[in-house]
Amino acid sequence: MNWTTICAFEALLPERGVCALVEGTQVAIFRTYDDDLYALGNLDPFSGAYVLSRGIVGTRKGEPTVASPLHKQVFSLVTGRCLDDEAVSVPVYSVRVGDGGRVEVSLEQRVEAGV
Amino acid sequence: MNRIVVVGYGPTAHRLVETLTSKGFGGTVTVIGEEPRPAYDRVHLTSYLSGTSAEDLTYEVPSGIVTRLNTRVTGIDREARQVTLADGGIEPYDVLVLATGSAPFVPPVPGAEHAYVYRTIEDLDAIRTAAKDAVEGIVVGGGLLGLEAADALRALGLKAHIVEMSPWLMPRQVDEGGGSVLKSHIEGLGLSVHAGAGVQEIVTDGAGQVTGLLKPDGTLVDAQVVVFSAGIRPRDELARSAGLEVGPRGGIVVDSGMLTSDPFIYAIGECALAGGMVYGLVGPCNTMAEVAADRIMGGASAFEGADMSTKLKLLGVEVAQFGAMDGALDVTYMDPVAGVYKKLFISDDAQTLLGGICVGDASPYTQLRPFVGKSLPASPSDLLFSGAGAQLDLPDEAQVCSCNNVCAGDIRTAIADKGVTDVPGLKACTRAGTTCGSCVPMLKQLLEKSGVEVSKALCEHFTYSRAELFDIVRVRGITTFSELITQHGQGRGCDICKPAVASILASLHNGHVLEGERATLQDTNDAFLANIQKNGTYSVVPRIPGGEITPEKLIVIGEVARDFGLYTKITGGQRIDLFGARVDQLPEIWRRLVDAGFESGHAYGKALRTVKSCVGSTWCRYGVQDSVGMAIALELRYRGLRSPHKLKSAVSGCARECAEARSKDFGIIATEQGWNLYVGGNGGFKPRHADLLANDLTTDELIRTIDRFLMFYIRTADRLQRTSTWLESLDGGLDYLREVIMEDSLGICADLDAQMERHTATYADEWAATLDDPEKLSRFVSFVNAPGVPDPSIVFSSERGQIKPVMAQ
Repeated sequence: MNWTTICAFEALLPERGVCALVEGTQVAIFRTYDDDLYALGNLDPFSGAYVLSRGIVGTRKGEPTVASPLHKQVFSLVTGRCLDDEAVSVPVYSVRVGDGGRVEVSLEQRVEAGV
Repeated sequence: MNRIVVVGYGPTAHRLVETLTSKGFGGTVTVIGEEPRPAYDRVHLTSYLSGTSAEDLTYEVPSGIVTRLNTRVTGIDREARQVTLADGGIEPYDVLVLATGSAPFVPPVPGAEHAYVYRTIEDLDAIRTAAKDAVEGIVVGGGLLGLEAADALRALGLKAHIVEMSPWLMPRQVDEGGGSVLKSHIEGLGLSVHAGAGVQEIVTDGAGQVTGLLKPDGTLVDAQVVVFSAGIRPRDELARSAGLEVGPRGGIVVDSGMLTSDPFIYAIGECALAGGMVYGLVGPCNTMAEVAADRIMGGASAFEGADMSTKLKLLGVEVAQFGAMDGALDVTYMDPVAGVYKKLFISDDAQTLLGGICVGDASPYTQLRPFVGKSLPASPSDLLFSGAGAQLDLPDEAQVCSCNNVCAGDIRTAIADKGVTDVPGLKACTRAGTTCGSCVPMLKQLLEKSGVEVSKALCEHFTYSRAELFDIVRVRGITTFSELITQHGQGRGCDICKPAVASILASLHNGHVLEGERATLQDTNDAFLANIQKNGTYSVVPRIPGGEITPEKLIVIGEVARDFGLYTKITGGQRIDLFGARVDQLPEIWRRLVDAGFESGHAYGKALRTVKSCVGSTWCRYGVQDSVGMAIALELRYRGLRSPHKLKSAVSGCARECAEARSKDFGIIATEQGWNLYVGGNGGFKPRHADLLANDLTTDELIRTIDRFLMFYIRTADRLQRTSTWLESLDGGLDYLREVIMEDSLGICADLDAQMERHTATYADEWAATLDDPEKLSRFVSFVNAPGVPDPSIVFSSERGQIKPVMAQ
C-alpha cells in the first residue's frame, strides 16, 4: 500500500476530526477517545460540501460515529455507512500510526463505498 | 337558508361563528355588536389592567364573517324576518341568533348611579380612571366576579373592601367552612371583608364624588370608588319587545336545541333560559353555541344542562367546586394553618361521589371531578389525605375540559390515533385546556398514563432530561463531559448530548467553549465560532449592541468584507453578517475586527443573539424612554450567556413597538412609568406573541426580573426548547413563572441572582481569547497536512456585485 504521512498523532485531539489533502483527495481523520484512528471521505454526500471532518464524534449503540455538521446525518466511522439512511455511505480509507508516531493514510479503500 | 344574523358579539357569539365556519356553513353570517370591537376574552379580562392590551384579548374574526360593530339592534320584525338597527338600517335574516349576553345587576339604592360595574373593557377603563385619585375602593358582591374586581382594585393600588350579602364569600361555590378559610386568605392580603352586609346607600359629597358606602346597620365604609358585582341579569329586552317567550325572572326561553318560541330565532349564552336556568359560565355558553350551530346546519345535538363546576385562582387562592354542594354524607379535611379546606359529598350508601368543595388546594377538583355520579375510586379519607387521587384512571366518558366539553376518551383518541405526544399538541387537536387552562395538569396525566411513553431521555447516552442533567451537573459540581457520561450515562456521547452538556457547562461555569475537552463537544458553529453555510464556508457576525454603531466601525466592517471578498447582508437583528469565510480565514478576519474594538456576536451559539432597539426618546418625538441605552445595557449584560436555545430580545421606546419586542424571548416596551416586560415571544417556525410578565418596572426591577427569568429558563428547559414552548409547557404557566421569579415561591431567587452575577463577572470575549491562544488557533486550518492550501472545493460565482456559492454537483 502507498501510505502518505499526515501529521503527528499527538496533534490530533481525541474525539475530534481533522481534514487532510491526500493526492488531491480530501480525507477526514478522526481520533476516538480510546485512541483508535479512522479515516472517511470528507465529502458529505447529503449536502455536497466537504465538511465531515468537522462533525461531532460519538457512538451509536457502541459503534463509533461522526454526525454531519450540516444536517446531522450520522455515519459509522468503521463502515462509512450512514446509520440514518442505509442507501448512503462514504468511502473508508486505511489509516495507521507509522514510524515516529506519525499518522499515515492510504487512499486504498478498506471498504467499498456505496452510492 | 342563506343568511344568519347574530345579535351580540361576545364570546358565545364568537364560538357560534367559529363553529359555523369550521363546519363549512355556506351562507352569509352577519354579527352585529354594540361594543366597538369583536368578542374578547372575558375570562382573562382582569389582565387588561395589568397591561394586556384590548387587541390581545380580542378574538380573531373568522374569515368570511361580516361584522357590524358599534351597532345596536333596536327591534326584531318577526313577520318580515329582519332586524332594525339604531342607525336606521335593516338586516334581513333567514335565521336569527340572539347572543345578547347579560348586564351586571345594580341594586336600586340611592347613589348607585355613581358606582361602576365590571364587565367590559370600557368599564375597566372607567374604573382605572376613577382609581387614579382614590385611596379606597369597595366591591359590592363577594362572588367569583366580585373577588376578581376586588383583585383589580388592589392591583390599581387601592385598599379594597368586599361587601357581600351572604354570611360568607362565594356562597355559590363554597360552604361556610370553605368561606371562612377563603376569608382569612383574603384578609391576609390586606383586603377587608364585610360579609352578611347589604348596601343602604352610596354616599356622595355635594359634587357627586363618592365618599363611602353606608351599610344597613348604619356604619359607613370610606371609599372613593364603588364597583357593583352583584350578579347578572339576562339582556332579554329585544326578545321581550318582539313577543318571544321569556322567563318570569328574565331570560329568553329556549328548548334543548336553543330554539326560542319563534322557529327562526335561536338564543344562546347568558341571555338564554335553558331548562329554567340562566348560565353565566363560559363552558355551558360555548356548548349552547355549538348546539345552535349544529341545529342550524341540520344536526340534532341538544343542550342537556351543564356541569357548573368551577376551578379558579382568585387573589392567589385556589377555589374549586364540582358536582353537588350537599349530600347524605360528607367528609371534610380542614387545615386552618395552611389555609386548606377540602370537602367531599357522598351518597348515603357511601358508594357514589356527589361533589366537592376545595379552598387553598384544588387538586381534588382535577382528580375527582370526572368521578361525580360514579362510584368512589378510593376511600374518601385516602382521597383527601393521602393524595391517592393522583393515581386514578379516568373513565373515557369523564369530562376533562368543561370549557370545551372534552372527555378523557377524546384525549385518549388524540393520543392513540393522531399520534399526539404533548400538551400543546392536545390543545391544538382537541381544544382542551385552551380556555381557562385548569385541566392542563390532567392532560399531562393522561399523556403519561396513555402508554405512549414520552421519553424524557436526552438520547441513547443519557436517560435524563436536559433539566435533570443541569441539576446533576450543578449539584455534583461536575465540570467535564467525560466525568458526567462516565458517572451518569453510557457510551461516548453524540451530536445531541455533547452540545447540550457543553451548553450546561458553559451556563454554569462560563469558561471558554474551546478549552480542553470542551472543544470536542461543540457543534461546528461553536467549534469555529462562526456560522457554517451550505458550502462549508462560515459567516461572521460581530456584536453591534442595540444596533448602534459608529461610522468608523461601519467602515472597518466594510473594509474587512472587501479585503476578504465576503458577501455582506444586514440581519434581522440589526447587525451585519459577512459570508463566505473559509476556516483558515476566520482568525485573520477576527484579528482585524477585534483590533477595531469588535467582539463576538455569538450568532453561532445557543446564546444571547441581539437586543434590537428602536431609536427611542433620544431622537424620536414619540419615545418615552431611552430604548437604545437599555438595549445596549441588556445586550452587554447577557452577551455570551449560553442557554438551551438561542435568545433574542428587543426594546421599544414606546407602545408603538417599532422594535417588535413582543416577538422576542424577552421583550421590553417603555411606558411613562418605566418598563413593561414581555416573555416567551417567538417569530420563526411557530410565531407567538410574548406574554406580559410585569409592568411599569424600574430599571433595577427590570434587570433583576430578566436575570431570574433567563436563569430559571436555563435551568429547567429542554434541549433546543425556545422560551415560547418552555413557557407553554410550564405547569401553571405565566402565574407560576411569576410566583417563582417575582415572589420567590421556590426559594431559589438568591441562587438565580448569584448565578447571573457569576456570568456577568466572568464574561470574556471568546474570539479575543482564541486569538491569544496558539493551540486553539492551530485548529483553524484547511488541511492539517497542507495548512496554506485553501480548500479547492469552495468556489464562488457572482451575483448583484457580490459572491455566491457554487456547489460542485
